[in-house]
Amino acid sequence: MTDRPASAECQVDASVAICRLAGDWRTSQVLPVMDQTKIGGCTALSFDCHELGEWDSSLLVFVLQMTKTAEQNNCRLDTAGLPAGLVRLLQLARAVPAKAQTDEVLHEDGVLEYVGNVTLATWWRIPQNLAFIGDLTQSLGRFVTGKARYQRANLLLFIEDAGPRALPIVSLISFLVGTILAYMGAAQLTLLGAQIYIADLVGIGMVREIAALMTGIILAGRTGAAYAAQLGTMQVNEEIDAFRTFGLPVSDFLVLPRFLALLVMAPLLTLYAGIVGVAAGMLIATTVFDVGAFAYFNQTVKALTLTHFAVGMIKGTVYGALVALAGCLCGMRCGRSAQAVGDATTAAVVLGILLITIAASLLTMVFQRLGI
Amino acid sequence: MNTAPPVIAVEELTMRYGERLIQRDLSFTVNQGDIFIIMGGSGCGKSTLLRHLIGLQEPASGNVRFSGQDLWRGDDATRTAIQRRCGVLFQSGALWSSLTLSENIMLPMTEIAALKPAIARELAAVKLALVGLAGFEDFYPSEISGGMKKRAALARAMALDPDILFFDEPSAGLDPLSSAHLDELILELRASLGATIVVVTHELASIFAIGNNSLFLDADSKTMIAGGNPNTLALSGPDTVRAFLNRGKS
Repeated sequence: MTDRPASAECQVDASVAICRLAGDWRTSQVLPVMDQTKIGGCTALSFDCHELGEWDSSLLVFVLQMTKTAEQNNCRLDTAGLPAGLVRLLQLARAVPAKAQTDEVLHEDGVLEYVGNVTLATWWRIPQNLAFIGDLTQSLGRFVTGKARYQRANLLLFIEDAGPRALPIVSLISFLVGTILAYMGAAQLTLLGAQIYIADLVGIGMVREIAALMTGIILAGRTGAAYAAQLGTMQVNEEIDAFRTFGLPVSDFLVLPRFLALLVMAPLLTLYAGIVGVAAGMLIATTVFDVGAFAYFNQTVKALTLTHFAVGMIKGTVYGALVALAGCLCGMRCGRSAQAVGDATTAAVVLGILLITIAASLLTMVFQRLGI
Repeated sequence: MNTAPPVIAVEELTMRYGERLIQRDLSFTVNQGDIFIIMGGSGCGKSTLLRHLIGLQEPASGNVRFSGQDLWRGDDATRTAIQRRCGVLFQSGALWSSLTLSENIMLPMTEIAALKPAIARELAAVKLALVGLAGFEDFYPSEISGGMKKRAALARAMALDPDILFFDEPSAGLDPLSSAHLDELILELRASLGATIVVVTHELASIFAIGNNSLFLDADSKTMIAGGNPNTLALSGPDTVRAFLNRGKS
């Protein structure tokens, strides 16, 4: 079969317009454009389709446009010349008149409206967030008094997922960060011939600050995001509603075990990350900067007091708690669509990292003031 | 003469999402042993009404009373007590995906009714057998078909032997046979347990097969426009309702 190019011509004869449609009309081809002003002065519009070959919805679009122009100009429409199938499609397309917009529907807001909407949404969420924290506090109270209702098997699963399963990524990142610290310190300290102090720098830096920070960020991306996605999906599947209709405390069953898992695992991971970082520093110092392994070890032991470990682990615990809070909060307030689950996950990670950073600066200031 | 208050009495209920009005001035009663159908076109607020009845969403105004007790004006303990009389079958089943079917049914039994796990396990097996899922105790919800999920969810809804059962679109996504089977199960439940049943649906076959009372929500006027036995409404209801119940043919 040969493809003939589509064509459309309009002939005006004694104020009756005849539109000749010919060739094969396909959406994939270049379609003819017709000067529709010709129809303007006519009283009737008819079609001649003797030369018309194959056609698809491109022809429907073309004819619909013509009929609209004809209607606007009070021009009588004669569809007798059109293929029977097309006439039926035309009738279908015009059966229900376009919805008259009473309220203007705006899908694209201006900058000001956007800022306003975000502000209002944040404002309205405050009571919701406070209620969430209140519920969790009550759950923790019940947990302490042994009255909380949650599934112990679930708690163990969350602990396994948050802790042991995070070890590979925590190992890798703390090892690399330890290496970076060692190199950064060495660049300055070798100028003074004081390479041995790489041990102090890496030891205190890792254990006190960076192990907790790195662990917090890894947990936010790994566990916080997972919590938001799990709870968000449960929200979509009405699983959380099912808990509510049974009158079961959602916060005990869903939030508490997740929160506890991170509260327990975050300090342990922080401790582990610190030790891996110190080992990495030692490896670099001994192999690249000619520090004796035993001397490095001694120097590290001298520099690191239990206070440094305690500060690091307190920070790790706080970050872990914040990550759990952000993840569960974003999951619980998730909407009921796939898009909403994605948004909740993103929000959980962003909020988690934001809270960690704020807490990090506050805690550093507080410990500084207290002289710890 | 029975003067006990109706199982569910709704008075002047108005529902909103934020500023948007969903339905207003809904008043109806559901009596003991009714199979009450909430029907209406897509998007008219049927499921939203259900969420108000089962305590998931607070009404903008109006009352929902269960046997005379107010669901929303009372304290939390009253609401929890009412909710525990109700079993809900959600549209998607809403089985807890991290638990097996048997654990899904056992959870309310052990946590709310404080049953011993061994007894709960046996009861769960019986409930699953009632809905034709004997032998599926240790399957996870993701491992069974949509129709089976619905039935398992029904078994969970019946876990605490509720006297009121709510169904949200029970036949959505089911083939005609499974759907008819579910209808039979609903009738069976009423006959054997004497339960009161509220069903949200727009499935005509189900409406006529099981409903003895109903409520029609209209999306345009945003209120109820008819109530009563669906078979009567199909013959003598308002035009919109007759058209709905006769698939547009009058």
